[in-house]
Amino acid sequence: MADFLFEIGCEEIPARMIDEQETILGIRIAKLLRDHGLFPATATVPTFSTPRRLTVLARGIRASQPDTQERVIGPSLKVAYENGKPTPAAEAFAKKVGIEISRLEKISNPKGEYLGATIYKQGRRAVEVLSELLPKEIAALNWPKNMYWREGKPERFVRPIRWIVALLDGEIIPVEFAGIKAGDESRGHRLFVDEVKIGWAVAYQDTLKKAHVIVHRTERELKVRQALDAATHTMPGARWRDDKELLDIVANLTEWPSVILGGFDREFLSLPEQVLVTVMRDHQKYFAVEDATGKLLPHFLTVLNTEGDPEGLIRHGNERVLRARFNDARFFWNSDQKVPLKLRVEGLKYVTFQKDLGNYFEKSQRVRSLAGKQAAYLKASKRVVDDFALHEAAELCKTDLSTELVKEFPELQGIVGGLYAKHQNHSQTVADAIYDHYKPHSMEDSVPRTLEGAVLSIADKADTIGGMFALGLQPTGSKDPFPLRRQANGIVKTIAGHKLRINLNQLFADSRVTYKGSEAAKKFAPGEHEDALRAFLHERLEFYLRDVRGFAYDLVNAVLAAGQDDLVDALARVEALAGVRDSKDFEAISVSFKRVKNILRQARESKFVVGEEPIRALRQEDAERSLLDQVSQISTVVETHRKAGDYRSALTEISKIRPALDSFFDKVMVMVEGNRDLRANRLALLQKLLADFSTIADFSEIVIEKK
Amino acid sequence: MKSSLTFQELILRLQKFWAERGCVLQQPYDVEVGAGTMAPETFLRVLGPKPYKVAYVQPSRRPADGRYGENPNRLYKHSQLQVILKPPPENVQELYLQSLTAIGIDLGKHDIKFEEDNWEAPTLGAWGIGWQVMLNGLEITQFTYFQQCGGVDLDPISAELTYGLERIAAFLQDADSIYDIIWTQDPQTGKTTTYGDVRLEEELQFSVYNFEAADVEKIRKHLELYEAECWSLISIPLRYVPKPESVMIYWDRFVTKDHQGHRINIPSGSCILNDLKPGKELTRHAALDLRAKTVKFSTAPDLSNPSETIPLYAGPLVFKTQPIGVLYAEKLVNARAPLPLPALDLCLKCSHLFNILDARGAISVTERVGVIARIRNLAVGLAKAYLAQQAEEASTPASVGTPA
Repeated sequence: MADFLFEIGCEEIPARMIDEQETILGIRIAKLLRDHGLFPATATVPTFSTPRRLTVLARGIRASQPDTQERVIGPSLKVAYENGKPTPAAEAFAKKVGIEISRLEKISNPKGEYLGATIYKQGRRAVEVLSELLPKEIAALNWPKNMYWREGKPERFVRPIRWIVALLDGEIIPVEFAGIKAGDESRGHRLFVDEVKIGWAVAYQDTLKKAHVIVHRTERELKVRQALDAATHTMPGARWRDDKELLDIVANLTEWPSVILGGFDREFLSLPEQVLVTVMRDHQKYFAVEDATGKLLPHFLTVLNTEGDPEGLIRHGNERVLRARFNDARFFWNSDQKVPLKLRVEGLKYVTFQKDLGNYFEKSQRVRSLAGKQAAYLKASKRVVDDFALHEAAELCKTDLSTELVKEFPELQGIVGGLYAKHQNHSQTVADAIYDHYKPHSMEDSVPRTLEGAVLSIADKADTIGGMFALGLQPTGSKDPFPLRRQANGIVKTIAGHKLRINLNQLFADSRVTYKGSEAAKKFAPGEHEDALRAFLHERLEFYLRDVRGFAYDLVNAVLAAGQDDLVDALARVEALAGVRDSKDFEAISVSFKRVKNILRQARESKFVVGEEPIRALRQEDAERSLLDQVSQISTVVETHRKAGDYRSALTEISKIRPALDSFFDKVMVMVEGNRDLRANRLALLQKLLADFSTIADFSEIVIEKK
Repeated sequence: MKSSLTFQELILRLQKFWAERGCVLQQPYDVEVGAGTMAPETFLRVLGPKPYKVAYVQPSRRPADGRYGENPNRLYKHSQLQVILKPPPENVQELYLQSLTAIGIDLGKHDIKFEEDNWEAPTLGAWGIGWQVMLNGLEITQFTYFQQCGGVDLDPISAELTYGLERIAAFLQDADSIYDIIWTQDPQTGKTTTYGDVRLEEELQFSVYNFEAADVEKIRKHLELYEAECWSLISIPLRYVPKPESVMIYWDRFVTKDHQGHRINIPSGSCILNDLKPGKELTRHAALDLRAKTVKFSTAPDLSNPSETIPLYAGPLVFKTQPIGVLYAEKLVNARAPLPLPALDLCLKCSHLFNILDARGAISVTERVGVIARIRNLAVGLAKAYLAQQAEEASTPASVGTPA
């Protein structure tokens, strides 16, 4: 048994890429070791990473592959020899296994006697195997963005590779990649130690720790957390804003992290917190500090890639940078106020939304009209919408795109508009709607807080999605540059979150109307984008109900098949359906409905006549009559429950059809030969059953597990 | 901070450092540029196989960044110290860190990080992979491994180090405003001259010019003239004879290469472009069949003097079939060789004029995309012409006139 160390030393790897590639390298090396008999099948390989290295350390691998012997069966003896002399078949076999004919064995098995051979294979040394295969593993890493660095461009990697360590215990594995020969020397932290000899594979972690490098990524993150705590504890009651995303970044920007606390002038706190936090977090990678009530304090924490700051130079430098940044923000804030949002509306004509969909002025006009229409529907369902505020918010929501502050901090679009609206004495409703209208940014993000914000957000997104589909620019595969999927998910989440009776089909039909007669409409691709859009929305609804809300896929299919335009309704239906699916009656019904559907399909395929309405006079069997009576009776009750939105009761009612339906299938033959009228009438009965009882869900979609 | 470097000492130290490491010390390029990358010492030198090492200060003008001298951190014109190492030595990062030591930064007492930042300049058809170098939270240098320039894949690649001189000086001197940076101190009298003393008035006047005073129509005209002149230096000369409603264009036989480098003969020929009136700009694309392949001409000549036969440039001849290749005359029958070096000056003029129009708010977003593409075409065109010329020189030992 031996320990295997493999380190790829590199110039600084982008922080965002490190975690994934560390994992991939670990998986690949484990697979390589297993595939070549050097490692037990279940073992995993510990990995390490810093900005300057990716490492695997596999303990207890075999120093050599095990020797193997394999029995190979050749031609039957009858074929192999003719008159006691070997035939060409025997010669070919001997050649294949590399053994002289005279030394081949005879193997008997139930099928007869065969020529055979035992091939002994000596296991290769691990060093040999690895030396041959490791370069391929380096080349196989698939980085999001690669570069060339050597003349002739022989290889690509994320950044230039500068050293490689490849050791089996203490023995160097001869590996060469990108002109670099592997050795036993790694490199320590840039500022403290240059080259460090790793004499023995297992000494890797400790040796590098002495060289000021913590190679264990989680350990660095923990160290950062502790240092953040320690630095914050110097101020009673204060705490740092937990931010896993930022922690991941700084842990991968440092090899030897430490933390310092800095401060800024209290007067900057008069700027909106969102601006301050964006500058600190997104631009400077600082952690914000707040008091016990969550209020921002004039302090920040920054993670260093060095031991500390005894002379305070680093703190001083960072404070200086932050001051300049905040001064800029304040400068932009003040100068932006000179032109209030309402005077920026005209200027939106000069800001392109999308090259074929026109400018933001046109977009906000469309959004305004689309939002107004949706508000009208909502009022019809007795929701209180502030029309005036919605109208105003729609006009103003994109105006912050021309502000200096948004040009400087694009991630604050919408938020800045909301803050400015408030500052410029627009109503709170208007300000909130603008502030929230890009929300939700993801499925984890919250939906707009107010009804007006929700409607504005939906209209804005629907306008983009509708326009892009009309241009034929729907997302394909992994390509979705305008994040239309994300935006559609946002619409779905917002509708569900606010329980809005907005009809999705109507929403996009309304959106098409707003494009009518525009320059953009002239560029719309002719064709079936409406079908594509419908399929796209169907996918998003499925995704929401299944992956976000956790409903079983078959139930989701069942309710969406019965109608996908009203999401709130679909949600109520799927909830009710989930409540009854496990009942015996329902399982039986879904089986019967599948049968009904099949029969009707066969009838269609055979071009059989289906009666328009089942006629009582044409009945022959009791079971037939009883089913028709039951269908008529039950469907009336179902309809009443359904209209009241009481889907649970409706479904319970539907389940009462089971005895009649079972008995119908037991006793009645639908596809009767010879009596076309009777057949047509029975088909009509089934058709009615299907039509009346499929308004909540298409039960035939429900999958019954075989128990 | 005591005994920190003055602005000019900072420059001198960095220049000395890189001169000692074999760099040619160049002087700032004397045409307006937005960044040191655009100067020929970078833009052209990174092309082709010849190794090169150079360092120079490049005043870089960005009209839209002007703040009338009111913002302590932003300038219309800032200075970059640009270093090109072609090919990059293996210890290029270490060399860079040593250069920081050379300007008095004790690395042991500061926090240095190399954070991902990939540089891209669409108007130059250029991009690279690299970092922004952060010193105590301040971006002091852009460190780029150039991968492509002028639309051409580079081999060998170059390392480009771009030091932000004002930022570094402000950091060294702990100045809160760029204008407070000490430019120099008179060793005799001890009198200091600040950055503001030297440059504030310039910032103010150029802000007024770029945002308010620049004559949009004239600048547009200048841009077109420079663009036309640029094309005329790098493309196949065609001539036209004006007729009342149309223009006859004809060209002499010439030899050129297609995008795969195959030599092809283009016989002399002619075509007619319709809908032309003297004085009207020719902006529409006319397609003509050239040796059974469709070729697109994109032109904008000055037709104000219809009686004279002037060279009409064709822009790049672009095969409509994919991949798009660009044809350039290898040997011109009428003897005027391509002149990529002067062409670059003209291209830079265009780029700067575009920036002024942009700062002036005179470019609509739709137009913007178009103008950027036009300038990119120039940059790509002249880069290819430059490369072709280099290749020709390499293959003809007796050649004279290495581009300076």
